[in-house]
Amino acid sequence: MKNIIRDSVAGFKTLVVGMRVTIDQFFRRPVTVHYPHEALKMPDRYRGHIELVRDPETGKSLCIACKSCEKACPSDCIFVDGLKREGEKRKSATEFTLDFTKCSLCGACVEVCPTDALRFTKSYNLASTQKQSYFFDLMKRMEEQKK
Amino acid sequence: MSGAPLNLTKGPDETFILNLGPQHPATHGVLRIKLTMDGEYVVRAEPVPGYIHRMHEKMGENRTWNQYLPNPSRVDYLSAMAYSHAHVAVAERAAGLEVPPRAEYIRVIVCELNRVSSHLVWLGAFLLDLGGFTPLLYAFDDREMILDLLEGITGSRLTYCYHRFGGVCNDVDDTFVRGTKAFVEHMRPRMKLYRDLVTDNIILRKRLTDIGHISADTCRRYGATGPVIRGSGVPYDVRRNEPYSAYPEFDFDIPVFPEGDCMARYLVRMEEIVQSLRIVEQAIGRLPDGPHIAPKVPKIMKVPPGDYFFATEAARGRFAIRAVSDGKEIPYRIKLRAPSFSNLSLFEEASQGMMLPDALALLGSLDLVIPDIDR
Amino acid sequence: MSFLEIEPFRIALYVVGALAFVGANAAYLVWVERKAAGRFQRRAGPTEVGPAGLLQPVADAIKLMSKQIIVPPGSDALLFRIAPVMVMAPALMCFATIPFSDSIVARNIDVGLLMIFAFGSINVMAVMLGGWASRNKYAIISAARVVSQNVAYEIPMLLTVITMLMVAGTLNLHEIVKQQEAGFWAWNIFRLGTNPLMPVTFVIFFTCMLAETNRAPFDMAEAESELVAGAYTEYSGMGFGVFFMGEYANIVIGCAVATVLFLGGWGSPVGFLPGVWWFLAKMYFLIFTVIWIRWTFPRTQFYGLLNLSWKILIPFSLATLVLTSIVMKIPRMF
Ligand code: SF4
Ligand code: SF4
Repeated sequence: MKNIIRDSVAGFKTLVVGMRVTIDQFFRRPVTVHYPHEALKMPDRYRGHIELVRDPETGKSLCIACKSCEKACPSDCIFVDGLKREGEKRKSATEFTLDFTKCSLCGACVEVCPTDALRFTKSYNLASTQKQSYFFDLMKRMEEQKK
Repeated sequence: MSGAPLNLTKGPDETFILNLGPQHPATHGVLRIKLTMDGEYVVRAEPVPGYIHRMHEKMGENRTWNQYLPNPSRVDYLSAMAYSHAHVAVAERAAGLEVPPRAEYIRVIVCELNRVSSHLVWLGAFLLDLGGFTPLLYAFDDREMILDLLEGITGSRLTYCYHRFGGVCNDVDDTFVRGTKAFVEHMRPRMKLYRDLVTDNIILRKRLTDIGHISADTCRRYGATGPVIRGSGVPYDVRRNEPYSAYPEFDFDIPVFPEGDCMARYLVRMEEIVQSLRIVEQAIGRLPDGPHIAPKVPKIMKVPPGDYFFATEAARGRFAIRAVSDGKEIPYRIKLRAPSFSNLSLFEEASQGMMLPDALALLGSLDLVIPDIDR
Repeated sequence: MSFLEIEPFRIALYVVGALAFVGANAAYLVWVERKAAGRFQRRAGPTEVGPAGLLQPVADAIKLMSKQIIVPPGSDALLFRIAPVMVMAPALMCFATIPFSDSIVARNIDVGLLMIFAFGSINVMAVMLGGWASRNKYAIISAARVVSQNVAYEIPMLLTVITMLMVAGTLNLHEIVKQQEAGFWAWNIFRLGTNPLMPVTFVIFFTCMLAETNRAPFDMAEAESELVAGAYTEYSGMGFGVFFMGEYANIVIGCAVATVLFLGGWGSPVGFLPGVWWFLAKMYFLIFTVIWIRWTFPRTQFYGLLNLSWKILIPFSLATLVLTSIVMKIPRMF
């Protein structure tokens, strides 16, 4: 009998303690961020999809079409084509496409590139209703960025 | 009083089949459990996995060692670090690659942070199974800090792909070191909040104590590991029993509770968060200088022929990779030993005769990650 | 005052008033609950529809009403359709006897308290019927749970009510409040002279009220992480909406009755403001507590609930009953 009363009182006390915890949180400021009205800044190393880096001097892509990234990619999402233009020492890329539907954002391509011609973007709002919108033409993207 | 085992000798016509899943709030993913029920009592619970099988083992056999790097973290997305660690470590062991001490320390830190975040998700999800919604949000609030820290150094929030053969891909910076110290400081008082709100709560105690008993013997027979076996009184932890990486250099306890009920498993995990914080604090305090990746790592990893094995302690138990190499760029065979699979397999035996809510509490206390079961 | 005494007016006024009150309460309690849940969990709750999300209930109602009501094949179509009505209608009836203030009461019946508990228990049957008629295993399990849960909880609840009856000596809610008008020390919860366990009686009553209305931590019937949505699994659109509103209406009634029985109804502890505001303040405070409890605790296990009822609540309520009768009898013996 005494035990039951003692246990009931002790149990009731734990309930009161729990309620004190939540009411304490009730009067604190919410911790959430109201996306999309406000958004957090992506950290520097954030891995979005890749894009080509432009040579600051020539304004052209740094890519030498060596196809290392194409080979390194575990998901087969990169296609590179290039040719050696006259008067240039190295090959340069003519076509560079990314099939983002398959990309796992692993970073293998960026790490393997000998000329640092690839980098991650910070874009993450990529919703679309069409599959085609994820086949990125990275050459075109780079050209557009110039403007 | 608890879900007292009931007389199961009733005729089969008295029972009915209840399909729990593949979409059900309590299975946290696409696990299906075929329950044979007698009223509210479970007569037989037959797990039907396979709904999210993604052939991770087979994928290991058709891509190079390097190309497999993103895969392990996707097997169990909640403790990705330990999985990646096992993968790079098996190759390092095979190729005899020396890992710089700084890299080992970083690996330990990120792995333990990852364990804390995984346990926090479990805490929230488990309480959700038990009908308490609010602790989930508090746990996610804390977990958010870990994800921010890890995102800062790895660039991702869940499937990190941070480990590389011979080290890790990015060095940690000051922000991370400061942030981690701040997190440890922040997390300690939060444990008191969880104790007040959840652990000591009489309703929770009544729901978990003496429910879902699993004996040490059952754990051994089914190969259960991690908090499940430690909640049954067996002090088995890969970090202690097969020490790897820098773990022997740290001072930490392996929490063991002998009761074998849901409460024991609950307490093991809560205590593990505290211990992980201890490890993180020690590691970040004496982080050695030096490179974060071994200087001479071949661009394309090649492994001498042989049969290799490496196990790590993931948040859910022992994760191991067995890799068979024939000396080519591509492994001959990759076998993943996933803890959730073994932990799930004892469910059928352990849940017999329980009431439905208790069986779900037991399921929650096993802390299953469904992709980890199916691989 | 004069035209209020004319019967047809009074009834019309009551019907409109009760419907509006119940509707507004059910809709806006959902909003309050979501906002409060948000704050308890360090979130903001609904913010998008209207200022501070105030139009969210309207949007929800439109959404629910525009949805098709699916009657699952093989279910008992008639019972399936009636069940939501049977949750809502008794709740509306109960409002008739609740005295919001000295003058605001639809029907001042002498057996008001009895009527509330009589209608209150229909709620259980409705949930059971809804669950049973759905032809869904989860819903049937839930229906079975509801019944045994409510059988277990009616007893201690009625025992506490009997205690209160002995103290008050009447079933008329209006009278009961009148007796407590002297100030807050005259409220039944603080009348330790009649029974030193009065606060305990209140806690028991409140607990049973939670269990009766299937609120967390006793929401075994809905138990979304076990039974998907319990008895409501197969309900769509407004069918579900009415169940939902019925649940809130029952909470409002439960809290109103608790206010009347224990917290002195419209009686004001300090004296300013008309009584009706005091009544609402007390009632909404109790409702807030109900919400607060829901967002704090995990769900109890089914037999845990029965244990609580049979091993703790019933003995305690019996004890208070006996104690009260002794305390009340002794002075008369001398
Ligand atoms: S991030 Fe990985 S998957 Fe994506 S394109 Fe680069 S290598 Fe391929
Ligand atoms: S690895 Fe770099 S240089 Fe080579 S093809 Fe890819 S982007 Fe171009």
